[in-house]
Amino acid sequence: MAKTPIRFTLNGAETGVFADPGASLLDVLRREAGDLSPKQGCQQGGCGACTVMIDGTTHLACLTLAETAEGARIDTAAGLAGGPDLHPLQKAFIEGFAAQCGFCTPGMLMAARALLESNPNPTRDQVAEAISGNLCRCTGYEPIINAILTAAAELRGRAA
Amino acid sequence: MSITVETYPSLREAARAMRESTWYLGGGTLLMRGVNYGAQGFDRIVRTTDAAMREIHPEGGGIRLGAGVRMAQVMAHPDLAFLAPVARSVGGPAVRNMATVGGNLFARSPFGDFTTALLALDASVQMAEGPALPLESFLSGRDRQRGIVASVLVPRPSQGAFRFAKVTRTRPKGASVMCIAAHLPGGGRITNARVAFGAMGATPLRAKAAETALEGAGPDAGGIQRALDVCLQGLDPQDDAIASAWYRREVAPVHLRRLLLGEER
Repeated sequence: MAKTPIRFTLNGAETGVFADPGASLLDVLRREAGDLSPKQGCQQGGCGACTVMIDGTTHLACLTLAETAEGARIDTAAGLAGGPDLHPLQKAFIEGFAAQCGFCTPGMLMAARALLESNPNPTRDQVAEAISGNLCRCTGYEPIINAILTAAAELRGRAA
Repeated sequence: MSITVETYPSLREAARAMRESTWYLGGGTLLMRGVNYGAQGFDRIVRTTDAAMREIHPEGGGIRLGAGVRMAQVMAHPDLAFLAPVARSVGGPAVRNMATVGGNLFARSPFGDFTTALLALDASVQMAEGPALPLESFLSGRDRQRGIVASVLVPRPSQGAFRFAKVTRTRPKGASVMCIAAHLPGGGRITNARVAFGAMGATPLRAKAAETALEGAGPDAGGIQRALDVCLQGLDPQDDAIASAWYRREVAPVHLRRLLLGEER
């Protein structure tokens, strides 16, 4: 079966892969590009574990046909840290016990990043809405919401 | 299963490429779910990069939404404030960046909230070829439709006449126990009402007996009582993981009352 060549920018790096026809972006990221940060959860858009950013907005990689990402800028949780320096969201998640099993964490981080890029000073309700497409079966969400609010304050402090 | 993907620069070419065992890819939230779960019965995916599919523009007394318009676009558009709460009720932010107006027309119960709102607004559906269809006719023949939806024309409701409520088990977001959309022109006494239910049948459905009962009614508990009594006529809710058909029937008049009277939910 002929594979389709696809090129995109993954966390700032030019990337080329060969995708099976009908493959999802999630398949391609994990199997071909070797980025295991987006998780394969429900495969039907209910859990948000595969949330990535495509050209600056969040998408579900499992519901994205890989070849529609041709030429796109894709950002995943694997690109959040700058070398050994964790992103303020990552630090806040660790310090606030916002990750337990960790399966939802990459998707939560990307949903949170998208929120803070468009709204640096969100209310608690806005944070809850921003992660409303991301399921967590461990934490009960409160530590996650607290961590995102903490990271938002940290990022505002840096910008000031 | 081997799948081929064909991408066309224009809607016209994509529409010509549709045939048996072919699915059209819009935002992907329905089609890719099928692919992921090994859906049978198709081996071709057709898509188009036609920019017109994502356009929103005024037309006559209404607004035309390209079938590829995303829920997030609806929320952000200044002319679509009346539909913004409906779009916001669909999925989380990532789903709303993907899910399209055209795709929602094909969503299975308990999904299709946006279509329920369009039904109460007397929207019409324009396929890539052929005449425009009233949304209700389109939905009744939905599973036999061939071709590609190009756009939806939504008449603009008069100020404050459109209402929408979505009933879910979880907050802030969940699939519908049901949703209800109502267009209640007339100000004082209601005339020419439209009431549509989502997740109360295989497709969104109008509650026509309730619409008739609201004709000339006052917007108060006494005026709407007859509509509540008959609102289940013609509806056919199903059991699913969200709620039983029995439960949906029991609570539908309660939620309709709250919507019509503007009560706290």
